[in-house]
Formats: sequence, C-alpha cells, structure tokens
Amino acid sequence: MKKTLIAVAGLAVALLTAVPLRGHHSGLTLFSQTTATLNGAVKTWVWSNPHVLLTVEVKGEDGQTAQWLVELQAPNTIYPAGFRANMFKPGDPVTVTVNPSANGRPFGRMVEIVLADGRRLGDGVRN
Amino acid sequence: MSRWTECLLGLALLASVNSAAQDKTPATWPDPVPTRGPVADKDRKPAPRRTIAGMWSALRLGNQSAGVHLKPNNGRPENELPYTPYGRQVYGTHKPLEGVNSVSPLETNDPRVKCEPLGFPRYNHYDLGIQVFQDEHKIAMLYNYDTRWRMIWTDGRSLPTLVDGGVEIDGQYREPRWFGYSVGRWIDDYTLEVVTVGTMPEHRVWLDNTGRPISDRARITERFRRLDVDTLEWSETIDDPKIYTRPWETMRLPMTLQDPRIDLMTRYCSPVEIENYNKAVGDAAR
Repeated sequence: MKKTLIAVAGLAVALLTAVPLRGHHSGLTLFSQTTATLNGAVKTWVWSNPHVLLTVEVKGEDGQTAQWLVELQAPNTIYPAGFRANMFKPGDPVTVTVNPSANGRPFGRMVEIVLADGRRLGDGVRN
Repeated sequence: MSRWTECLLGLALLASVNSAAQDKTPATWPDPVPTRGPVADKDRKPAPRRTIAGMWSALRLGNQSAGVHLKPNNGRPENELPYTPYGRQVYGTHKPLEGVNSVSPLETNDPRVKCEPLGFPRYNHYDLGIQVFQDEHKIAMLYNYDTRWRMIWTDGRSLPTLVDGGVEIDGQYREPRWFGYSVGRWIDDYTLEVVTVGTMPEHRVWLDNTGRPISDRARITERFRRLDVDTLEWSETIDDPKIYTRPWETMRLPMTLQDPRIDLMTRYCSPVEIENYNKAVGDAAR
C-alpha cells in the first residue's frame, strides 16, 4: 500500500485541463486542476445519464476506508473508450486517476481507469 | 416479344438478382455509437443530388459543451458576442454549468437539468448527431440527444411571418414552438438552405450550454452543403435583433456519414436519473 492513498500529480494539471469536456457539465468550477490516483475496490457502478458514477472504496495505511465517488461522462461518450454497462461488480480491484473535487471532498472526475487485467481506459474525450 | 428481346430481359433479370445477392451481407448489430471520422481526400466520391438523407455525426466536435462551435465561451475577446443591452441583461440572469461564468450543479438554472426541451437552435449545439429522412415534401431530422425530431418543409411553402409572440400563417396566428417553423429550399443540387422562425422566447430556452440567450425574434438560417457522398457541412447563422446587434455565425460543422445499420444508444434526459445523480453528487459538490 502506498504511503499515501492519493498521489497528487501536479505536473499533469495544465495539460489535462486545457481541453473542454463534454457531457452534463464541464466541471470548470467543480473539480480542481490537479490529478490524484486511487487504488481500491469497486462498490457501485451506475450506468446512467447525465453521468456514469463509480464508487470506489480506498483503504488507507491506518486501516480506515474512504469512499470515493467518481464521475465519468455520459454512457454514449465513454462507450467508444471501452466502457460497458456490466463491466464492474462489487469488489473488483480498480485504479482510477481523477481530477479531485475543488472542495476537498472524496469526489472526482475520471481521467483514466486501469482495470485488473491491465487495460487502461480513457474518459472518451481527452484520451 | 422476339426471342432476342426475351434473352436481353432474362440477362438483365439475372444480373439484378446476382447484384442483390452480392449486396446482401448478414445483418448485424454494430456498436451503438457513431465512430466514423472525416474521409481522406483520396476516398471522396461525388455527392448525390438533392439529398442529405442518412446518419450524420461530427463525433466530438458536435458536443459544443463549452459554447457554440465557432464561438466557445472561453473569455477570449474574439468570442465576445455582440449583445444588445437587453441581451446582456438576459445573459446575466443565466447560471450555466459551462463556460467562463459556470456555476456548480447545485446552483444552475439551466432548463436542461429539469429535462426541459432544449429548443431550437440549441438542439444543434449539444451532443449533435442526427438521422435524416426525406421525401418530396419534407425532411425529417431525428436528433440523438433526448430523442427529438424536427420537420423541415421543402415543398415550396412560404416562411411564416414573425409577429409578437409567435408567427402568422395565411393571416392566422400560430404559437411559438420548440423547433419553430422551418422551410428549406435547394440553392443548387448540393446545397440546402433552411430558415426557421417562431421559436420559443428567451425565458424558456438558451442558445447554448454556457447560458447565452436567444429570443423568439430570432431568424435562424442553416446551410447544408453536401461536399461529397460522405461529408455534409452544416452551418448556422442567427439573426436575433432583440438579443444581438448583428447576425453572427454559430457553427460550421463537418458531418460524416455513418453506418446506416447503427441502432444508436439512447441519450434520454430522464428526470429520475437527473434526480439520482443530484442525490449521489449532492454534498460532494457543495
């Protein structure tokens, strides 16, 4: 387990936020311009408009579990990136890179997901 | 009928049967999203005359979340719009989820988040993808977002006259409509011009996701140029003297013909799904 659960990758900030997003909202005010990587297990996977939602349970060094809510784009946007309605079940290991919420809560916008089999899926917009 | 003629007819019939057999590929369920991008110059084939029928997509370009295609609402001087004082005032009352003046999902007053119809021309400015069917009277456009459809009349009828709060047709008043009243005419064999009036008032609809306004005094002119069999250039100019001091061009999108067998993934605006989303995000977004 990493020393910290969330690795903030500040260098990626400017590049990642230069491209407008599609979907329900762009998140200009909602999400920070940093990135964080979450290693955890899937709790829920909701395939729905206006945004697909993934809940990930992330265990810290202290044994405490934090529950992160991760927002993806709409189903028709992420489908070409390889996402499907039935692709996660509770307990599946997953690594998610997000733009965290600007207010510091455990909420973020998905940038990339790495599946248990090593496949990397982008957000359907930027990658 | 002579033997020679019978022989020719038989050969023609056989050829048509063979051709049909060769074209008959097994029916499939392709991926439910458009995937085909612009075609290479070497692959361009001549456009058919006077038709824009087919499924069309500009892929990511069609989304226009950050504002209309040619004028994204990013604060740059070149994208500033020529507002009238009233137009600027109306814009100031809008709390959009997108653009330089965006707010959080909990603060927005975008009619879209209540699943109100986007109205016209906003349907052209959000997640644009369409299927087009046409006959000798009309062109039907099926918009992917929220599964809405629109009619463009090409049978030579005249454009309704704009009057206060609606339009006049043959001396009779008719109410404003979400898609207005659209009349199209072929300028040449490959260019269709469509003019629309009689759209909804500014307190019911927005122009784009960034909260720019448009009023029921707008006259919207679209041009569909069939550049080749696979490419349709879709441009749009709005003339709305109530909101803008001069006409301006909102978009000029290169649409690519898609596989006609695609059974598109639906993109309904569901009030229940919106409510569930707001509940899930709720506190996290505060």
